[in-house]
Amino acid sequence: MSRNANTLRVAITDDEAPARSRIRDLLEDCAASMALEVAGEASDGRELIELLQTTPVDVVLLDIRMPEMDGIEAAQHIQKLAEPPSVIFTTAYDVYALKAFELHAVDYLVKPIRLRRLHDALSRVRAITPLPLDVLQKLAPEPRGHLSVQERGRVILVSVEKILYMRAELKYVTIRTAEREYLLEESLTRLEEEFGNRFLRIHRSCLVARNHIDRFERVAEEGADGGWVTILRGLDERLPVSRRQQHVIKEFGRL
Amino acid sequence: MASINQNLHHDALPDFRNLGVILRVLLIVLSLCLFSALCQSENWAGAFNQFLSIVALVQPALVLSLVILWVLAEWLRKLDYARGIAVVLLLEVVVVMLLYRAGQAFFPGDQFGRLEHYCALALTSTALILYYFHLRSRALSPALMEARLQALQARIRPHFLFNSINAVLSLIRQEPKRAEEALEDMADLFRVLMADNRDLSPLAREVELTRQYLNLEQLRLGARLQIDWHIENMPGEALIPPLVLQPLVENAVYHGIEPNSEPGVVSVNAYKVRDEVHLVLRNPYRKDGTHHVGNKMALANIRERLSLHFDAEASLRTTLTEDAYQVHIVIPYRKLAT
Repeated sequence: MSRNANTLRVAITDDEAPARSRIRDLLEDCAASMALEVAGEASDGRELIELLQTTPVDVVLLDIRMPEMDGIEAAQHIQKLAEPPSVIFTTAYDVYALKAFELHAVDYLVKPIRLRRLHDALSRVRAITPLPLDVLQKLAPEPRGHLSVQERGRVILVSVEKILYMRAELKYVTIRTAEREYLLEESLTRLEEEFGNRFLRIHRSCLVARNHIDRFERVAEEGADGGWVTILRGLDERLPVSRRQQHVIKEFGRL
Repeated sequence: MASINQNLHHDALPDFRNLGVILRVLLIVLSLCLFSALCQSENWAGAFNQFLSIVALVQPALVLSLVILWVLAEWLRKLDYARGIAVVLLLEVVVVMLLYRAGQAFFPGDQFGRLEHYCALALTSTALILYYFHLRSRALSPALMEARLQALQARIRPHFLFNSINAVLSLIRQEPKRAEEALEDMADLFRVLMADNRDLSPLAREVELTRQYLNLEQLRLGARLQIDWHIENMPGEALIPPLVLQPLVENAVYHGIEPNSEPGVVSVNAYKVRDEVHLVLRNPYRKDGTHHVGNKMALANIRERLSLHFDAEASLRTTLTEDAYQVHIVIPYRKLAT
């Protein structure tokens, strides 16, 4: 396959097959006047992240409303890749997102996409600066479904549903699933803001998943911390409840 | 120039077979009895006894009138308003006279007031009730107009429109035949959406419309959208408010199918039990699903239109189970006048 360095590698992400095929057609039309190739296709955010781990891509055309993982969340995880591609959002109709895009000068295309618009957006792509994470977070009206962890140059997605607890440790947050631990570069306060519905703060440095709490237990010999620990289903570890947070035991019992 | 409102409004007697109308009549008459009892006595116990004796006197006339009106309802509907009123008032006089004679025959010992007195009472209360229904229909007539507007608002989401156009565009090069069919479906769908949607529409037509809508969705969603029709026993001629089924199915697709990458089933069930038409819709539902607000708005809109058309006789119930969402609508069975 001959490919010079200027060829733009494009990935298509949309959950609807006809929408993908439409973009493919348009990209073929664009290819007549600019060097580009379709590097791959994905039908949701997760698949896209998988694709990007193995295939170099310069620009992603990313649909917003998709099952499993929507486009805005996927764009957040993409930023953690070693060489994140540029993102151009596509959407048929999404008043909320479009307003936000205008506000933050994020590139987007409305479906049905016009050939000329696509062409313009792709020709500009090299000039596009990567999307700042905080802007993306502002665009996302709901908590993410996954957290992304960087490990040995790869991005690993951890489903928030599977997380048992999150604990702040020095510079990182440790997130624990039934299988293993991951190190996450985010602040616990920020995580609590985003996932407050799902997680309960039992300690200044610890959030536990509400639906995994089995019981709270009093431990006599536990010294300074007042002696309450949280026991989570499917985990041997006992997580101390700080004296300041002991009120949550009562509140949780009432739920 | 006549205002739009006057153009659309025409006075008519209430539908005496409607449960809501019957309940309202009962309630008004009982309130009048209570009012009269309170006027005639000085304490609660006295008022209560008085109330019972008035009700005992009024009850036979009330029940008999309601039964006769129920029987005559179809015929009364065909009369113009003024004649209808005359007939109802005359009917009340006849009822009172009949009961008066019957009372005298069966309880010869009892003291009765004068017949003219009872007739006057019956006439004033009937006139009061008819006036109430007149005012009520006046008050609701702008609402009925609004029902049409709301039907327009309940229409297809722009989300669906643009995605469908996009899907059709994708077909034009590879499968022009399917693109043609899709555009035809779309044209039919929008013809209905843009029509005057004030009047009731036959169920069969609403089902057809929903089918066309689903054809378009299938185009986009492919195997993810599976539809389970149970309409073998549906009363196709039954009249239902327009654009109730389609928006509900659209909801089911938007909330139940689109958020999942796995295939899901939307089931549509339409059947008739005695004098009721039942529409039951089910779709898969995930608890953490989003876009809840829109759903509630569409439901509130449909609920409102059901009650505008059928008062208390139609109902809409939603049930949320572990993994499914169900909407169950019951509408009184009416069919096209032949």
